[in-house]
Amino acid sequence: MMALQDRKKTAYMGLLLAFALILSYVESLIPFFFGVPGMKLGLANLAVLLTMYLFGAKEAFTINFCRIVISSFLFGNMSMLLYSLAGGVFSFAVMFLMKKTNRFSITGVSMGGGVFHNIGQLLVAFCVVRTEGIFYYMPVLLIAGIVTGFLNGVIAIAVRRNIT
Amino acid sequence: MQKKDKRFRRSDLLFAGAIFVIAIMVYLLFHFVYGKEGAYVQVAVDGKVQGQYSLSEDRNVQIDYGQAEGFNVLVIEDGKAMVTEADCPDKLCVKQKSISRSGETIVCLPHKLVITVIGGEESEYDGFTG
Repeated sequence: MMALQDRKKTAYMGLLLAFALILSYVESLIPFFFGVPGMKLGLANLAVLLTMYLFGAKEAFTINFCRIVISSFLFGNMSMLLYSLAGGVFSFAVMFLMKKTNRFSITGVSMGGGVFHNIGQLLVAFCVVRTEGIFYYMPVLLIAGIVTGFLNGVIAIAVRRNIT
Repeated sequence: MQKKDKRFRRSDLLFAGAIFVIAIMVYLLFHFVYGKEGAYVQVAVDGKVQGQYSLSEDRNVQIDYGQAEGFNVLVIEDGKAMVTEADCPDKLCVKQKSISRSGETIVCLPHKLVITVIGGEESEYDGFTG
């Protein structure tokens, strides 16, 4: 028999994964695209961010990984899985390290995630097409990562405040 | 547990600032090193150069991929190059804006297609793709 604490956590994890998947779905519906490939709102990162602050890094990684695999199968294709996984793992690693330093707020960690998600995807794209011209998109992707990361961070702070 | 979530800390600002500076530097690099009006577009598939077309003459180029299905239509008009048609699933190559400055690219990832504007006579830029 699981302790009450564990059962509660399992339920929360399920909720957070569902939340992440819904955000992925919403994101796939929004045509957020300004002539730059790889640009995304990164809404799903909100769920990962919350998990990281509510439970911890291990749990957040689980949510992130499951979310990427499931949402790629549901709303995308195999090549999308590759890109999302690269972006997801890269951004997670950076968020984990930034949180560990204890010097950044949620907003800062979120911005790091946003920026490095985009860098990760750009690197995969570079491996695929092998032309350095693709880094032409880097400035826009960096700024986009900062902006979307900031917005997600502000939302995450508000949500966290209201559920704890 | 942290005491209270601050919305924004000094390190956050430093981080955002650093990324911002890097972004501007990369932009300037592309703008000044490769940023001149280019003379040709180079079409590369899977890292291999398939052809070069002058930007000064209008033309349509159909890019095929051997026995595998798939195509992109490259249109050169008024010194600018763009992809107007493609059968890739996301059509991001069609949505990307037209290119004319050296170093600018249009990418179609599903077809591994990269269209790059290159400068005049010298071809240092395509040394990488070989």
